[in-house]
Amino acid sequence: MSDNITLGKALNHGLRRSLENDAKVVVMGEDVGKLGGVFRITDGLQKDFGEQRVIDTPLAEAGIVGTAVGLAIRGFRPVCEIQFDGFVFPAYNQIVTQVAKMSYRSMGKVKLPIVIRIPYGGGIGAVEHHSESPEAYFSHTPGLKVVTCSNPADAYTMIQQAIASDDPIVFFEPKRRYWEKGDVDLGADPAGAFPLHQARVARPGTDATLIAYGPMVRTALDAAAAAAEDGRNLEVIDLRSLSPIDYGTVYESVKRTSRAIVVHEAQGTLGLGAEIAARVSEHCFYSLEAPVLRVTGYDIPYPAARVEEEYLPDLDRVLDAVDRSFGW
Amino acid sequence: MANGESEVGADAPAGGFVQLLTPEGERVDSVTTADGTTYSVDFTDDEYKGLYHDLVTVRRLDGEALALQRQGELGLWASLLGQEAAQVGSGRALRPQDMAFPTYREHGVLYTRGIDPIMPFGLFRGVDQGGWDANEHKFNGYTVVIGAQTLHATGYAMGVTMDGKTGGPDGEAVIAYFGDGATSQGEVNESFVWSGVFNAPIVFFCQNNQYAISEPLERQTRIPLYRRAAGFGFPGVRIDGNDVLASYAVTRSALDRARQGEGPTLIEAYTYRMGAHTSSDDPTRYRIASEVESWKAKDPISRLRAFLTKQQIADDAFFAEVDEAAKTLALDLRERVLAMPDPAPVTMFDHVYPNGSPDLDEQRRQFADYQASFEGSEH
Repeated sequence: MSDNITLGKALNHGLRRSLENDAKVVVMGEDVGKLGGVFRITDGLQKDFGEQRVIDTPLAEAGIVGTAVGLAIRGFRPVCEIQFDGFVFPAYNQIVTQVAKMSYRSMGKVKLPIVIRIPYGGGIGAVEHHSESPEAYFSHTPGLKVVTCSNPADAYTMIQQAIASDDPIVFFEPKRRYWEKGDVDLGADPAGAFPLHQARVARPGTDATLIAYGPMVRTALDAAAAAAEDGRNLEVIDLRSLSPIDYGTVYESVKRTSRAIVVHEAQGTLGLGAEIAARVSEHCFYSLEAPVLRVTGYDIPYPAARVEEEYLPDLDRVLDAVDRSFGW
Repeated sequence: MANGESEVGADAPAGGFVQLLTPEGERVDSVTTADGTTYSVDFTDDEYKGLYHDLVTVRRLDGEALALQRQGELGLWASLLGQEAAQVGSGRALRPQDMAFPTYREHGVLYTRGIDPIMPFGLFRGVDQGGWDANEHKFNGYTVVIGAQTLHATGYAMGVTMDGKTGGPDGEAVIAYFGDGATSQGEVNESFVWSGVFNAPIVFFCQNNQYAISEPLERQTRIPLYRRAAGFGFPGVRIDGNDVLASYAVTRSALDRARQGEGPTLIEAYTYRMGAHTSSDDPTRYRIASEVESWKAKDPISRLRAFLTKQQIADDAFFAEVDEAAKTLALDLRERVLAMPDPAPVTMFDHVYPNGSPDLDEQRRQFADYQASFEGSEH
């Protein structure tokens, strides 16, 4: 029995279930209460769980994450919403110097089971600071785990798994996919679902491997469908977890297909693709028929909305990279 | 002594402060501040003597730590010299159920919590990063990033309210320590906003020791720090930070307000850092000797000793006994610090994540193999 719902609604259901299942779970952020969040991800939660469980906070991101640290020390499981990707930086100090380091500092005696939800990525025609992909900063930081969902079914289970985890987790939500629908089994037990930090083969293939995550999984799948018409059978891996990355799934695929192309919206230099390319080169060297290629945002600040379609990797840019890989 | 106004003694800064024991060792029975709150203490002789014991002990342990650093046994030490009264008074004001969030200088507060004084030495010796359980000791980990802990304290205090643990004499309260420099941090100001908005059961205890490393108070503020509280909607009180009685009385009152559900208070403990910022600092580059001398006359220990002597509460035999006990404790501490083993290098991979990470496990394995490759060799 499954429901066909949007990714945003799936997150809402997942948050609701976590609030129901554990009295220590609290949702906190700007406008998450009465308004239900600017993307309505927390819609209706304050009405049903009260102002102490779903907290409209002052407008201060360091405060949101910093007080979540204190709540977590006391035994709560805070789920923080950062309203937009580009607004996480006032909280960066708390995330990197405190959230990430508390377990290490205390030799595991203090755990911070905090989830920091961040809608990220472009494609919605927004103004500055509303379309960024800052996942590399957090994936670079030891002590944080970083995940991102690409579809409604994963959104529903992954948010619950993240909240149930004792690790601090930065949870990136592909905001331009909030309105895309998919089948979700709302009765599924998240504990028995696909493991949170495991990558999934979103489309099996034999000729090349597209490695994507978050909003780019849909783009990669569309590219693979188009390539199939040209007789190329592409495999698509949805990483899901960006820290740690499930390299086992990546290596197994690349060793079979001999070609790897990493796709992400974030700027290319020192992005996730750089690390993946280095690792694949090291571990799959004798299997590769071509260098690992990357299709990413350019090394510029996220551009004005009227040109963002040219900035964002799309089906054609992915297929162009596939052509280059085969032409090597 | 007669009841005083908030401005007491020739040594008070403009605007006054709460002082219950003058630098000369005279007791002020009580002080009533402008908001009508009256502060006083009602200690037995043994309690006065206990405070003296605490002050001497934490100073002696601090001196031992500094010596250990100078001898190369600690990488760094942040001395509390001069701030003993602020720390012991506020620390003793805490009830067992209260939670403290220190900076990296609150060794005196740590001592008053009944914690083994060796606990932070792993951090300063460089064998760990702290490594204690905040909840077990009701004393959070030392926080080195300036002001970050004030938000943690605020969140914890919000949790106290959410757990329904305020509203009576058995309620819980939280104290956040920070310095004058920290008051410029945005996060500290955010913690004031949040505490006010959520009526959190918290006391902000600012030890204004006049310097943020080299920068004097004037580089942090245009108005006295305690007056900032008004803008955030809760009381601010300045105390003579070198007076252990004022520190105790005002902190106890503020904590009890908090535990009753009456919200936050800012306490500015007006004191002086007699030593360097840390063992790596050279204060002669930025402050003059005469200033340090003038603060010596306000020493927190000598004023209590003068009081105890004048009141015939204690005699030289008692003072000698306290010194001897503190010395014994310090020498024991020294021995135990010297005996602290270096951690096995491979343990640097431990506790990064509560649930671990396969990627990190692989790095740990590679590191262990690399280390093992040297076994039996000269290197």
